[in-house]
Amino acid sequence: MITMTYREAVRSGLQQALRSDERVFLMGEDVGRYGGAFACSRGLLAEFGPERIRDTPLSESAFVGAGIGAALGGMRPIVEVMTVNFSLLALDQIVNNAATLRHMSGGQLSVPLIVRMATGAGRQLAAQHSHSFEAWYAHVPGLTVLAPATNQDARGMLLASLSEPDPVIIFEHAMLYPQEAEVDEQAPPADIRRACIRKEGRDVTLITYGGSLGKTLTAAEELEPLGIEAEVIDLRVLRPLDTAAILLSISKTHRAVIVDEGWRTGSLAAEISARIMEGAFYELDAPVARICSAEVPIPYAKHMEDAALPQAATIVQVVQQLCATKD
Amino acid sequence: MADGKIVNLSGLSRDHAWALLRQMLLIRRIEEKSAELYTIGKIHGFLHLYIGEEAVAVGAMQALQPDDEIVSTYREHGHAIARGMSPASVMAEMYGKANGCSRGRGGSMHLFDVGLRFYGGNAIVGGGLPLAVGLGLANKLQGRTRVTACFFGDGAVDEGEFHESLNLATLWKLPVLFLCENNRYAMGTGLERHQSQTDIQAKAQAYSLRGEAVDGMDVLAVEAATTRAVEAIRAGGGPFLLEARTYRFRAHSMYDPELYRDKAEVEQWKKRCPVENFAATLRAAALLTEDDLKELEAGVVAQVAEAVAAAETGPWEPIEDLLKDVHTPAAGSTSRSNTLAEAHQASAVGQLPQRRLAAP
Repeated sequence: MITMTYREAVRSGLQQALRSDERVFLMGEDVGRYGGAFACSRGLLAEFGPERIRDTPLSESAFVGAGIGAALGGMRPIVEVMTVNFSLLALDQIVNNAATLRHMSGGQLSVPLIVRMATGAGRQLAAQHSHSFEAWYAHVPGLTVLAPATNQDARGMLLASLSEPDPVIIFEHAMLYPQEAEVDEQAPPADIRRACIRKEGRDVTLITYGGSLGKTLTAAEELEPLGIEAEVIDLRVLRPLDTAAILLSISKTHRAVIVDEGWRTGSLAAEISARIMEGAFYELDAPVARICSAEVPIPYAKHMEDAALPQAATIVQVVQQLCATKD
Repeated sequence: MADGKIVNLSGLSRDHAWALLRQMLLIRRIEEKSAELYTIGKIHGFLHLYIGEEAVAVGAMQALQPDDEIVSTYREHGHAIARGMSPASVMAEMYGKANGCSRGRGGSMHLFDVGLRFYGGNAIVGGGLPLAVGLGLANKLQGRTRVTACFFGDGAVDEGEFHESLNLATLWKLPVLFLCENNRYAMGTGLERHQSQTDIQAKAQAYSLRGEAVDGMDVLAVEAATTRAVEAIRAGGGPFLLEARTYRFRAHSMYDPELYRDKAEVEQWKKRCPVENFAATLRAAALLTEDDLKELEAGVVAQVAEAVAAAETGPWEPIEDLLKDVHTPAAGSTSRSNTLAEAHQASAVGQLPQRRLAAP
């Protein structure tokens, strides 16, 4: 076990991927000489050279599409899109090509492509650099959507994605990059089918992912002295959702709160809530609650940005209300 | 490029001339039959006919090797057939049958054949260009000498992806042939109304790649120009933009009432019909007789009839297979219970609310 930051864990995963498979290459804006906008690929150019660590023009649609084409041509491209906000320029390629080609060709093609991108708010970057569009991607059949929240997962889920024959989108919350934690670099690739219980509890199930996991765990700790034992589920995989893990936990706690940095309307939280209603309605002792971002473009000023995002204090407050009827 | 006169027949063998004519005729007759089948409800969805543009696909394909890749558009029946896809496979796909090249999942706009290295059938205008860049990149990285030929129309030139792709392919010196089929209309918007610079090949200069225009109504001219372009690419010179100037004789799709162009303009272009003019040229050069043409025609008509029969008798894919091939099953896995594909399938199936069985 080595203590490293989340960005170093991503780099460790990239490094192992590049070392273990000649077909793997990384491309994106400033991944080479600059070292990556979030420094995830710093040093990789020196080790692997410009053919495998490729700086691209600011042409999201072309280089994501080129990733799809290279995958069709037998390579294992890892494409870094600087942030999810810019990925909208490549949404056509991801949704209309990467996700459809296998089915539309009658099963003839596979697109083994990994697209990594930063997501989320919290750094006062305002409304064009702070949004969370994970739900849009999780909406699309043909895609696998991952949101590693821990440093171990940042490395392990990337490596697991390399064995997948179909496109995988990985969301790295920008606030996580400096997070320090122990990482086992000898560990096998992570499971990318299942959610994970990060804290056990019996009174309420808190369901979250990515950048909100830390806040949710903080809230769960603060709830302990208040006599509420919260179970925290880290979804890890946003498509396909591990519905079974959610329902199993609710069959124990009978209450659910979803913490999701996306906007509430049409959110992942909405989808999870619907699945709980379909699968565990009669298990519930209280309505499902959602804590999402306020429905505004994320503002610049710190106090306003904080107010727009899910916070630990809000989670504590909502859970307390929800558990007020607890026996 | 006047009056569709095809003059340069030097070195043209009778066999090759016949092969070109046969392919163009086959495409023409398949398209005519498709239109007929559409009107009687056998083919549905969008149907974009290639009639008038046959010389481009047939000429260009002559320059490509079996392991070169082709990326095409939604007006791709001609490309597919010229590449060697069986008319039956194309027709069955248009019917939506399981013996279609894409098992009926794609239809007219999404013909795929991985064996022929034919990568669609892409119906987002301009969307195929980045794919071709990526296929070219894979070839370069793996040290292969393949060329990726990417067909697109003049409408695609309006898209950002055209410009991004030309820049990227040239920057990385990728072996990609960008082949613009300029039929003068982006759906119903004439070239002069959608491009500030109507000389499309001239745009190559801005990205420092080579560009050339060719008469797209002359199959031999297209073949010669494509051969030169492909040779230059294979020699390591990076990508090439070839603009074939052509015209579609029929409507954009079967829904199009053609309010945007004069009948006189269409009639004028029809005088330059690539099939009729090529046949006439061959006859004038004593490479083809009236009887030969009848024989070719009969062979083509028989092939079209076979294709229709295969489509008519082909099976429908069972509805149980609806979710199949959204994801790739794990290779070599006998127990599929652990695959991500299986997890997707389980998650995709909706769950009806369960009533609690026991009282609390």
